[in-house]
Amino acid sequence: MTASPLAQLQEQTTDLLATVAAWQTLDELLEGEVFVTGKRSILSALQKSLGSLEPEARKGAGAQLQEARRSVEAAVAQKRAELESAARIVALEADRLDLGDVVSSAVRVPYSHGHPGIVAATQRELEDVFVGMGFRVADGPEVETDWYNFEALNIPPAHPSRGMWDTFYVELGDPETVVLRTHTSPTQIHLMEAAVASDSLPIHSVMPGRCYRRDTPDARHLAAFHQIEGLVVDRGITFADLAGVIDTFTKAYFGADMQSRLRPAFFPFTEPSAEFEITCTICRGEGCRTCSHTGWIELGGCGMLDPAVLAAVGIDGDEWSGFAFGFGIDRCAQMRHQIADMRALIENDVRFLRQLS
Amino acid sequence: MKIPLSWLAEFVDLPADLDALIASMDDLGLVVEGVERIGEGLEDVIVARVNTITPIEGADRIRLISVDAGNGPLDIVCGAMNFAVGNHVPLAPVGAVLPGNFVIAERRMKGVISNGMLCSARELRLSEDHEGLMLLDALITPVIGEKLTSALGIVPDVVLDVSIEGNRPDAWSIVGIARDLAARFGQVLRLPATALPDDGAPTSSLATATIAVPDLCGRLTLSVLTDVVVGPSPQHLAQRLTMAGMRPISNVVDASNLVMLELGQPTHPYDASLVAGSSIGVRRARSGESLQTLDDVTRPLAQPGRGLGDSGDDCVIVDGDDQVIGLAGIMGGASSEISAATTTVLLEAAFFDPMTIARSSKRHGLRSEASNRFERGVDPELALFAAARFVELLRQSSPTLHWMSDPLDVRGETPSVPSVTLRPGDVQRSLGVTIDESEVRRLLTSLDFTVTGESTLIVTPPTRRLDVRDGAAGRADVIEEIARLYSYSRLPRHTPTWPQPGGLSDRQKMRRRLRDVLVDLGVNEAWTPTLGSDEDFALLHPNESRVRVTNPLASEESVLRRSMILGLVRAWARNAERGLGDVVLGEIGVVFTHPDDATTARVVRGGNGGSVKLTLPSENERATIILGRSGDDATSAVAFWNAVASRLDLHDVVVRSTSEVAAGLHPTRAASLELSTGEVLGWVGEVDPALLGQLSTIAARRLGVLDLDLDVVIKTALERQANQYVAVPSRFPSAALDLALVTPQTVHAADVAQALRAASELVQDVVLFDVYQGPGLPQGTRSLAYALCLGADDRTLSERELGDLRAQLIAAANALGAVLRA
Ligand SMILES: [Zn+2]
Repeated sequence: MTASPLAQLQEQTTDLLATVAAWQTLDELLEGEVFVTGKRSILSALQKSLGSLEPEARKGAGAQLQEARRSVEAAVAQKRAELESAARIVALEADRLDLGDVVSSAVRVPYSHGHPGIVAATQRELEDVFVGMGFRVADGPEVETDWYNFEALNIPPAHPSRGMWDTFYVELGDPETVVLRTHTSPTQIHLMEAAVASDSLPIHSVMPGRCYRRDTPDARHLAAFHQIEGLVVDRGITFADLAGVIDTFTKAYFGADMQSRLRPAFFPFTEPSAEFEITCTICRGEGCRTCSHTGWIELGGCGMLDPAVLAAVGIDGDEWSGFAFGFGIDRCAQMRHQIADMRALIENDVRFLRQLS
Repeated sequence: MKIPLSWLAEFVDLPADLDALIASMDDLGLVVEGVERIGEGLEDVIVARVNTITPIEGADRIRLISVDAGNGPLDIVCGAMNFAVGNHVPLAPVGAVLPGNFVIAERRMKGVISNGMLCSARELRLSEDHEGLMLLDALITPVIGEKLTSALGIVPDVVLDVSIEGNRPDAWSIVGIARDLAARFGQVLRLPATALPDDGAPTSSLATATIAVPDLCGRLTLSVLTDVVVGPSPQHLAQRLTMAGMRPISNVVDASNLVMLELGQPTHPYDASLVAGSSIGVRRARSGESLQTLDDVTRPLAQPGRGLGDSGDDCVIVDGDDQVIGLAGIMGGASSEISAATTTVLLEAAFFDPMTIARSSKRHGLRSEASNRFERGVDPELALFAAARFVELLRQSSPTLHWMSDPLDVRGETPSVPSVTLRPGDVQRSLGVTIDESEVRRLLTSLDFTVTGESTLIVTPPTRRLDVRDGAAGRADVIEEIARLYSYSRLPRHTPTWPQPGGLSDRQKMRRRLRDVLVDLGVNEAWTPTLGSDEDFALLHPNESRVRVTNPLASEESVLRRSMILGLVRAWARNAERGLGDVVLGEIGVVFTHPDDATTARVVRGGNGGSVKLTLPSENERATIILGRSGDDATSAVAFWNAVASRLDLHDVVVRSTSEVAAGLHPTRAASLELSTGEVLGWVGEVDPALLGQLSTIAARRLGVLDLDLDVVIKTALERQANQYVAVPSRFPSAALDLALVTPQTVHAADVAQALRAASELVQDVVLFDVYQGPGLPQGTRSLAYALCLGADDRTLSERELGDLRAQLIAAANALGAVLRA
């Protein structure tokens, strides 16, 4: 019986590990690696020699060799991480610069001119129109509880109307209690709660912001998008005021010759509710493919505040009434600038960004 | 919902002009989203018989078919393979115009002439089938040369695709739409014909129906139909179903579907011989029970789900052995399905609690035409009418069936019908227009609302109007109905004004100013993703908790960003890969911190009913800028920051190198931006070179970065703005003084400048103008050269004063370890 080719394996492994431990630089490692674990290593040579063994013995020896190889490779990987980290520290030190010592007047600053984001610019224009109409502007958070995003808006848990919003849930607390807001409407609830708490009704506000819906993006929709919402709570507010605000806005933003119209719709947080349409911006009402030859395009939803919403925030519906409306900022930008595919908005291609002055 | 006009016209007279009909429907909130014309373009298609099939040389995908369409043999080239000689198929001859304005012309292919086209069902818009030619022998007894429309009995029709709002389940049916139109047009609604139960033994002699859960099941009716012959539906009913978007299955199942589409009442037919005891019961599922539904999935029942407040209630149908045979109102079980062998049918028509159906359907991920209707709310009084209509329809194909007398009708709890009070002026207060009381009455009664009382009206909705609530909410519901019937287009408009001024908050104004400044300085505003991957998050924040989305669309979009640096560097790299990297990108946006790591917790109202406080991720608005122009680096980032600072009056912010820098920044080429209070406005420096390597294949290069915390920047800038003191320059000349100070590396240049500034009120300005490091200086020091401007408001400083001041300034520097360079 011939001696096993692996008789010396333990000593050989110990030698290899010692070699690895002795490396001081990445260069040494890169040069030495091939002799330790690579083609020219003793481990590879032993691997070849296993071919001469009986199948049974080969299996056991193979496992033994694998084990040895694993330990050596692990040592190399660890050494590599150590040396890379050390090399990075050396490189970073060589690169060190105390920014407190930068002499501004001595820095040659490259010149370039920038461009505002299309969504941000559109949002500003919309805000300006509403500010001109007497609205204040309010911001709100993007992560909300189910209460603000749904329940206080008269959308109870599991209610089928929730199907109108494909919701991203946030992994916090009990399941489905925290969401990425699906609309800017929760900001309405925050505003009304705050106004009730500080006894500071009325409210005339618009609320722009980023929202999220679990929708696969396409040319017309993004999973993250921007909405602007309006809220008026005051004495004696009627549906006629709502229709008037929508129409004034339409003419102020899209052009004096543009019309608006309302038609019945359903939103849990408003009653009566309406969808509002405006003259097609492409064909100016003549009828085209964009508007399915109707001359109208749908812009958003609106309605009188539902008594259930007023009750949820503790506003007396006999004294106060109000309305809300909302629509997409990105959609306005898309219409305004005739952006063929909404996805361009998040691609950040400089050739796209540079077009807006 | 798809509405064939011929079906709708059975119940109400329609205007001749389709556009007028569509406009009326839109105005009623029954929005028409599509119009499909059935049978259009089929006028020229005729029945042809396949006479010969010949291969074409050099082509294996097409063959030459000789057909007979009544005028002698005709050669057609055809790519379909699913037919044989002797089959009858539809032929569109040369000159025919198929649906979609597809004109058939003579064509030459591989040297042979094709005189028309043999059609698939899809090409004729008759079904989705495009597996091959439409084979007519299976459908009719074909006559060569006959028009296809008359051969198939196709009546040209128009199908409207109508979107029904979620609060109008009563309108989610052909009759429901007809009812709204009848009210609008002042027409009579014609209800469909129904059957009467036959004489003979009562239903109870054979079947039983029980409700164990009156809270979940408001009504259970059970009819028994004997001597039923199961077979295909008559052609006109099958076409109706097809036009409405459902597949014909058998006359019994089709009748159930037709009733659902026509009336809105889902029904469920069982094979009575497969239901133990011919008994139908409704109860709560018990934990441990399961059901194999018609879709062949075995579903465990009564398991509480993830939904907020979900108790796991499943309402189930059980047989006489108390075995579960169906998920009530959602889907039946496989065990009692109607088959060709069925002769006795148990027909269930019921009312189930909408929220129970909604929760079960969501929990099981199981939606059906029935559950969609039950969860919205089906008229509790519709069940027996629907059963009678079912029998009427089924009789057309099974004329000898027998409907046992006295169908079972068991009641549970149905929603109470509200009485809504409409006070004088309520309509005006909501709609801003006065509508005559008589007009209000007329509008409401046209939809079967009961209106009683004088001046103060008591309005009771019909049972089908489950959307009308009680109290103030109910009043809003009724007013919406009045407005809808009156027509939104007739309501007045008035643009309100109020004394409170509109405007932006100070923070919003300052945010705009910052945005303008950044754009002025060269920033192209980007929009990078809020959601990133786990790997992205770990790159910058390996040890922090993640705010994760439970149900992401993709794993690359599952974690809320903690920083915008990564997204911007990636956006820059993508541009650079196109050779467009000579650019500054920036974003003003929100980043999120998990409550575990947040310094200030955001605690808000949440939970069921808003009854508990939940801690949410903190949201921090930041402005992050990546400077990628050629020549950009940490120093140009500092210069960029100085330009921003000068515009926002933030001159005194100190650029302070620290040993710990923010994630993503170059560890030895970054600094924090600090106020004298120690508050940090943000960071300036370079992007960590390792990060660029991890995000792209772009060759290593320096990228400047500025990352500002808008909360602090805006607060500080606003304070400065509020307290801005504008000094009138002294009329007396000032003196210039340069000081070169050998300063330990550990001492910040800004601190030295601040010490010089603070040394005397005669110091008007201090600017660092040169830094020298190298031979001639002690190890660990560098020379900082400052240009000082010295002066007073009321005099010109004397030589002596200047001399004293110089000594004073040097002493102040000495206190920090800086000495005058020899
Ligand atoms: Zn148009």
